[in-house]
Amino acid sequence: MLQGHRSWIFERKPVLLGTATVVGPFEGQGPLADDFDIIHGDLSIGQKSWEKAERTLLEEAVELAIENAGLTKEQVHFYVGGDLTNQIISNSFAARSLSIPYLGVFGACSTSMESLALAAQLVDSGAARYVVAGTCSHNATAEKQYRYPTEYGSQKPPTAQFTVTGAGAAVVADKGDGPVVTRATIGRVVDMGIKDPFNLGAAMAPAAVDTIEAHLRDFRLEPGYYDVIATGDLSKIGHALAKDLFREHGIPIEQTHFTDCGLLIYDFEKQMVQAGASGCGCSAVVTYGHLLKRMRRGEIRRMLIVATGALLSPISYQQGESIPCIAHAVAIEAE
Amino acid sequence: MADEKRKKLTPVQQQYQELAKKREPKRAVLRNCLRAFVSGGTICLLGQAIQQMFIHWGGFPKEKASNPTVAVLILLSVILTSLGVYDKFAQWAGAGSAVPVTGFANSMASAAIEHRSEGVVLGIGGKMFKLAGPVIVFGTVAAFIVGICHWLFG
Repeated sequence: MLQGHRSWIFERKPVLLGTATVVGPFEGQGPLADDFDIIHGDLSIGQKSWEKAERTLLEEAVELAIENAGLTKEQVHFYVGGDLTNQIISNSFAARSLSIPYLGVFGACSTSMESLALAAQLVDSGAARYVVAGTCSHNATAEKQYRYPTEYGSQKPPTAQFTVTGAGAAVVADKGDGPVVTRATIGRVVDMGIKDPFNLGAAMAPAAVDTIEAHLRDFRLEPGYYDVIATGDLSKIGHALAKDLFREHGIPIEQTHFTDCGLLIYDFEKQMVQAGASGCGCSAVVTYGHLLKRMRRGEIRRMLIVATGALLSPISYQQGESIPCIAHAVAIEAE
Repeated sequence: MADEKRKKLTPVQQQYQELAKKREPKRAVLRNCLRAFVSGGTICLLGQAIQQMFIHWGGFPKEKASNPTVAVLILLSVILTSLGVYDKFAQWAGAGSAVPVTGFANSMASAAIEHRSEGVVLGIGGKMFKLAGPVIVFGTVAAFIVGICHWLFG
């Protein structure tokens, strides 16, 4: 149901019946290792190419999420997913193996919440009973496609972020036991003229702030309504800028625990990740793994996850364009 | 030029750019320069030592000894790239690892390794020069211009 200008309220309270997170070795060395379902010890996941590895992560995550929901693949009506690869092949090829009617989306690193919002909307509006929302990212495929070959000796600046190797999937159902999806706010493309692809945090922060403000406005809420508001991957620089912008706009973000998935997944002391984590998998595995676990333990009652994406391509950057960004917000509450 | 681009931004965008600049961590320029100097210098010193070995033990005349020297450095760089070590060294060294011929070899080796999955012809063959291409193009163009100048004024 439409609420305000660009939000949806899910009155039938679709349930997160099952979730799964699958990550690579580097993420398994981080502080949230215990919250992931599967940790692979080898970055190539035993596959012949990085692209095949990324696809494997996603297939595993979706299959495990469906299993955790107590369902079979045949029972799932739709699969909504996307990733960072050209033509989102990781999702298309995974959808081929899964054989679930497939809706591919592209939101860069905001895909986790874009797909979750759409899945919740399909279930809430009665267009489906069971929908899986999934996304993935792989450090090597992202480096290869957007930046440099993985073994190339380029020096990363301190503003750069490290793409997470991970996949997260969630089964949204019309009824059952589990945390519920209550609200979503769809983002608008925001471009503040930042051109540096090695400083995506700065590019994405305004989009995150725009969506959070729209969400609070559409639902007439204060930030304090949520125990946690977590952005997807703003990391150190974007997170600081988002706080600056909230202060400038007079939004009392300090009422809630305002954090960022990109700041949580790695250990800054032991892991060389410059400003923090990025990638579609970042918000997905931290939300479906760590934050939902905390919710199930009773530590969080209401959280707003605001996944942020930078909608550039290597070509747009080489042509001198700035980086347009988007952020999608989904509210998850303990049942 | 930068001002021209700046003027195309709206006031809100310009304001945000200034804010973003403030939040950007300061680059440790002096530290990076020192690291580049030490690492680049060490690579060149190593090259010099190898060249001396070719002259004294290999019997190469001085002018010809640079060829096998460069070949050895390229081999070392490709081995270190294949072992996954060169990029870690480069994060520390910066320009010191990129500028010498070892950096050039690394750019080609890393691209060839990365695109192996796309086949020998279009993958390895086609994409090997992805990063090295500009070096070759502009090096050749520069040599051509210098050659013309030498012929005209030399």
